[in-house]
Amino acid sequence: MKRVKLLKLATLGFAAASALAAGVGAVDTPPSIASPAPSAQAALAPQFQIVAMRRITEAQYRNTIADIFGPDVRVAGRFEPVVRPAHELIASGAREASISPAGLEQFDAMARGVAAQVFDESRRSQFAECQPADATKADADCAGKVLAPLGRLLFRRPLSAGERDFYVKLAGDSAGQTGSFYKGLELSLSAMLDSPNFLYVVETAEPDPANPGALRLDNYTRATRLGFMLWNSTPNEALLQAAQQGKLTDDAALAVIAGRMVNSPRFEQGLRAFFSDMLLFEKFDELAKDPVIYPYFNQDVAKALPEQTLRTITAHLLGKGGDYRALFTTPNTFMTRSLGPLYQVPVHKSAGWEPYQFAAGDDRAGLLGQAGFLSIYSHSGRSSPTLRGRAIRELLMCQPVPNPPGNVNFTAVQDVHNKATPTARSRLTAHSTDEVCAGCHKITDPVGLSLERFDGIGAFRAAENDTPIDSSGILDGMHFEGADGLGKTLASSPDTTQCVSSRALQYATGLGSEDVSPWVEALDKQFAASGYGIRALFLKVATMPATWQVKAAPLDQGATKISYAGQRR
Amino acid sequence: MGYEISRRTALRGVVNGAAVAVGVPLLDAFLDGNGEAMAAPTATGGVAAVPVRFGTWFWGLGVNPNRWFPSKVGPGYDLKPELAPIKDYQNKINVYGNFNVPLDGAPNLPHASGGPAIRTGRALTAERGLPGESFDVTIGDLIGTRTRFRSLEMSSSGDPRNSLSGRGGGNLNPSEVSASALYTRIFGTGFKDPNSATFTPDPQVMARRSVLSAVTEQRQSLERAVGAADRQKLDQYYTSVRQLENQLDVQLTKPEPLQSCVVPRSVADLPVNAEIEHVILNHQLMTQLLVMALACDQTRIFNMMFNNGASSLTRIGSTITHHQLTHEEVLDNRLGYQPNATYFLTKIMEAWVGFVAALDGIKEGSRTLLDNTLVLAHSETEFAKFHTIDNIPIMTAGSAGGRMKTGIYVDGAGTPVSRVGLTLQQVMGVSLDRWGSKSMETSKSIGEVVA
Repeated sequence: MKRVKLLKLATLGFAAASALAAGVGAVDTPPSIASPAPSAQAALAPQFQIVAMRRITEAQYRNTIADIFGPDVRVAGRFEPVVRPAHELIASGAREASISPAGLEQFDAMARGVAAQVFDESRRSQFAECQPADATKADADCAGKVLAPLGRLLFRRPLSAGERDFYVKLAGDSAGQTGSFYKGLELSLSAMLDSPNFLYVVETAEPDPANPGALRLDNYTRATRLGFMLWNSTPNEALLQAAQQGKLTDDAALAVIAGRMVNSPRFEQGLRAFFSDMLLFEKFDELAKDPVIYPYFNQDVAKALPEQTLRTITAHLLGKGGDYRALFTTPNTFMTRSLGPLYQVPVHKSAGWEPYQFAAGDDRAGLLGQAGFLSIYSHSGRSSPTLRGRAIRELLMCQPVPNPPGNVNFTAVQDVHNKATPTARSRLTAHSTDEVCAGCHKITDPVGLSLERFDGIGAFRAAENDTPIDSSGILDGMHFEGADGLGKTLASSPDTTQCVSSRALQYATGLGSEDVSPWVEALDKQFAASGYGIRALFLKVATMPATWQVKAAPLDQGATKISYAGQRR
Repeated sequence: MGYEISRRTALRGVVNGAAVAVGVPLLDAFLDGNGEAMAAPTATGGVAAVPVRFGTWFWGLGVNPNRWFPSKVGPGYDLKPELAPIKDYQNKINVYGNFNVPLDGAPNLPHASGGPAIRTGRALTAERGLPGESFDVTIGDLIGTRTRFRSLEMSSSGDPRNSLSGRGGGNLNPSEVSASALYTRIFGTGFKDPNSATFTPDPQVMARRSVLSAVTEQRQSLERAVGAADRQKLDQYYTSVRQLENQLDVQLTKPEPLQSCVVPRSVADLPVNAEIEHVILNHQLMTQLLVMALACDQTRIFNMMFNNGASSLTRIGSTITHHQLTHEEVLDNRLGYQPNATYFLTKIMEAWVGFVAALDGIKEGSRTLLDNTLVLAHSETEFAKFHTIDNIPIMTAGSAGGRMKTGIYVDGAGTPVSRVGLTLQQVMGVSLDRWGSKSMETSKSIGEVVA
């Protein structure tokens, strides 16, 4: 058995054979598979393979740098965006995202900026415990002591002996070139920050002892998933230690650790990232409204809108431990000075946020009565029941709405000044007389029309073109009135809770909706059993086997199996 | 109302709003008497050869076909009202009509299918990214590897995702949206004036170069353990690393002097949004910077997006965007077109002419920068009201250093649009005899424009 594995490695004929040989005796293989005799270790090392590479997002990059080096280290640069697949999360897009030359140029600039700050005179003592014998020369011993711990934090796993030597040598060579020990460290650190091991979350799998022949994600990969899923940041010291001790493949220990994480204040950062992804908050970056039509809209308002929604979500789901469904009906939100005029409510504080509660029966209740949602799903100069209805279907109920066909004739939609069709309802009715269009519009418009009492930036109005607005709506056969009625209808729909359950699982795994669908119903039931608490949902996702299993099929496609030590150099 | 740019205005005024005239040195020492040799792409003998460049210029939402496309095929084509702005440059511009985009059953995703089809020769199947490598990238792999930037992408109406350039899949070269950021990127740290008398390699650059070599050395350890999809991502990553290494190598080599290179002054921060006035100004500023980036040989490949496919251009005080107008504005029976939507088209054509004029305003030997460049300009739809993607308006400007005939209207007679991409790649020296996939696969280049 031992022989067979060794032979298999040999027959692969690596050019990196020498590196492999050096790595075989490495001391950094996890203790769970450690062996007393180094020579036997290669044979005992399980076969690892990379099962996914997920590009870290801008927020994850920034959080990681702040967590490792301190929030005062600036990250200056433009991030190559991760493309969102249609109807999916950016978290899924990250699995497919490559890095273009322009993107890498920016990452390299950021890496140099970060590395220069870390080893400048004011900060270097925080990261370099040892002093070089001569600050103008290389010092391999001290460089290793500085770089190995940083590499472990940045790559989210210990450096192999080969990697450690590599970065120490790079620091030494650069120290020689520049005549500065710290310059050498700086360059070596920027090489780490440029490395795919940092820019991608490299997920690796190992044989699953419980399922012979199958694979499961290994401990360090689990630590990283937990970190990014629950806190949207790199795994901290405690998680890396848990991984080292093999705790994260132990169901009981995993549940304790994940439970601690969802109850930590840092879970709020994770939850914000999750909802920003689920609700397509990148749209706020492009939000533009016509200043002549909407004098209440300005850059302060644009900045406050996503924040208001996120505060509402986190205060309700975390602060109160509230029921997810009540997000669509809650009268509680937060106001800041710039939003006062838009909402026509008094705001007492001149700066910052204050809680605000809408009166019972106010049409503003719930997320959908908030100007954030209402304004991104509008045109720049007027509201759009179609866009709003489509967003509700797609984002909150996970029901993709087809695109309009290519040859659609929009002639039936008349301009807003046509006296025969003063309201959006009348214009859309005219448009929907075309049967081709009606097919989709009847999915979206009856939902979105209930929000028509809010204009293109979400300000209240009772009439459009002097014609009173009818805000009745229909969703899956249920008739209701206004945003309030829509919120109650959504709160009672099983699709909304299944949707968030599915999104949570997609977010954790980076898989698409189809891939996670077999588990969603069961997950939603457990979500229900918890009273639809968001902590319970994420805890469940973090502890369910599906999150840590590796689908068998794609693994055998072209993947070369290799030992842990070899893969890690 | 167009904006006219002479050589001198190109070098002052608009940039930084400061009326500082910049001297234009004519370095006769680098001309061989008539300047011809300089313009030749393969000049030898230690004198800097003027390079040939390739770029694209995109606008969203097409044209009113019967007011734009010429009727007369060949040289001396007629100019309909909407194409009339190009009048002064007609002899340097080709127009291409009646080229089709067969999708082989893939849906015509409104405003998303047309652009990628022209750039990749493939049908888009999902509303994201590109269905394959865009051919500016293919050309860039050939001619763009020895400049500081492999390519420059710009979007004058904002949104870094507004781009049609990339290697396909999840890769899209993000666009620069701010003129001041573009300035910093090109002419900020790392820029070496080719006309500067002294040159000292920057030790920082040398050190960065070694960092990147280090990153590359670790390639095998990762590649051995990945599956096919991740391997592709890694390949793209390392392609990017090589590109960056090339850029640094260039910075470590003393550049050859370039007579047309005049370093522009910095650019103030301006609002970036979809209001047409801002877009026009942003486009002007970016054009000035790009022209000098080309003249100073910082890049040989560029992609300019004037607006986006489903154009969000708007006018202050209007309730409606360009895109909505194309669908919702009533066809004026008397005029026969949509006047408000057409307003934006007029502005777009003026911007295009301004772009061409800026390139043509730079002399390189006996030719101009435009002559030494090949620019593909196109939209993503023919007539936006109906999302039609056959007969998408396409133009080329410049002759790629004399390799293209110009001043011609080509009637594609319903053949696939990939013929344009094939022809331009061949002209730029890419060695290929067929291009595109399925019904867009073609081996028939457009002979009438090849010199």
